[in-house]
Amino acid sequence: MTNYSVQLENLVKYFGRRLVFSEMNFSFSSGGIYGISGPNGSGKSTLVKIISNIISPTRGKVIHKLDDQNITQENLHNHIGFVSPYLFLYDEFSAEENLVHFSNIRGINFEKERSDFLLNKLNLFDRKDDLVRGYSSGMKQRLKFLFALLHRPQLVILDEPTSNLDSDGKEKVYELIKEEAKSNLVIIASNEDSDLQLCKETINIENYKRTKR
Amino acid sequence: MKAYSLFKKDWQSELRTRYAINALAMFILVTISVIMFSIGSEKITEYLTGGLLWVVIFFSAMSGLSRAFVSEEERGTTMTLHLIASPSTIFSGKLIFNLLLVFLMNFAITFLFFILFESFVIKNFLLFTFAFILGNIGIAISSTIIAAIISKASSKGTLYPVLSFPILLPLILTLIELTKFAMDGNSVSDSMVEILVLVCYDVIMFTASYLLFDFIWKE
Repeated sequence: MTNYSVQLENLVKYFGRRLVFSEMNFSFSSGGIYGISGPNGSGKSTLVKIISNIISPTRGKVIHKLDDQNITQENLHNHIGFVSPYLFLYDEFSAEENLVHFSNIRGINFEKERSDFLLNKLNLFDRKDDLVRGYSSGMKQRLKFLFALLHRPQLVILDEPTSNLDSDGKEKVYELIKEEAKSNLVIIASNEDSDLQLCKETINIENYKRTKR
Repeated sequence: MKAYSLFKKDWQSELRTRYAINALAMFILVTISVIMFSIGSEKITEYLTGGLLWVVIFFSAMSGLSRAFVSEEERGTTMTLHLIASPSTIFSGKLIFNLLLVFLMNFAITFLFFILFESFVIKNFLLFTFAFILGNIGIAISSTIIAAIISKASSKGTLYPVLSFPILLPLILTLIELTKFAMDGNSVSDSMVEILVLVCYDVIMFTASYLLFDFIWKE
């Protein structure tokens, strides 16, 4: 099992004058699934984007550690796997072409065996050479799991992981999440009870809406 | 190597979608045709054709080079890039892509000027080559960083030429001057001040862009 941890230290985020959350302190560590819950517009996606270093917090810090060594922001992207409805892959390439390009840009070798295994697992193997443009929304969602897991990240962040998926797709995704959680850190931001039931601990964003006086 | 992989992805994507190439090709053809129609049978001076060359290059760059980042933003793949590469890789990859586009575009424009305008005569070809190469590098660097800045704005089309004008003005003025010298047949050593201005411009723009890109890229 990897020893990966994420610490949120006094995290505050404002959009203009609107407070999204404040004074958030929490620690995530590998070997478990953590949930982030809250109603629509509460800031779940904002929080996972901050954890993934896509946007900056207004105040506070997010510290990523692997084997007690801090990970620099420059290298963070290769430790994170991310799935969300607002993530888009390149429509003009096939599924496999997308995955090959992503591996090359990350500077790692494309693992054909792992790619085929995941494509099979997510029922995309027969369509791997089709352009993503022709995929249904559910197939695109499954492909995002390949994008997130192909490079064997130690932190897997899933924002609304089961959106657009049918019941078979959900089952496959839950299997993958449980498999990943055995050795890695998984964070799920969702409103779905079935998603959050997988989590050993859940943060409710609504508990972090107080401003300091 | 990572930057080259990003460039390769962009180039293959460009060959399939023709986002920038079509825009550039159409713009070059239309602009040169308009110039030729407006001139008619008049004979224009050498200096004027030299100036017109860089005017066409400037506006062509405005029409196509912003695509490097704007196309990612429009397709919603900006976040995907965030998740697979560091800012320095993204900047370098996009810069290589824009360098290739600028060189292809400017070769085409210069070639068309040579065959279509009788008065476009370069006496010192070496000096013109220096100006051409350094100018292309400057245009590619500036347009890459400006494209990154405007990609998140709502009125991208208007903002790009507006922001580019003051940044590219010193470069274009120096290039027009050097083209004039090349037409007069001045030697490279006589034009060293202008060449050094171009070198300084390229170095300053590259250093500033590379350092600032991290802040621009991250929301």
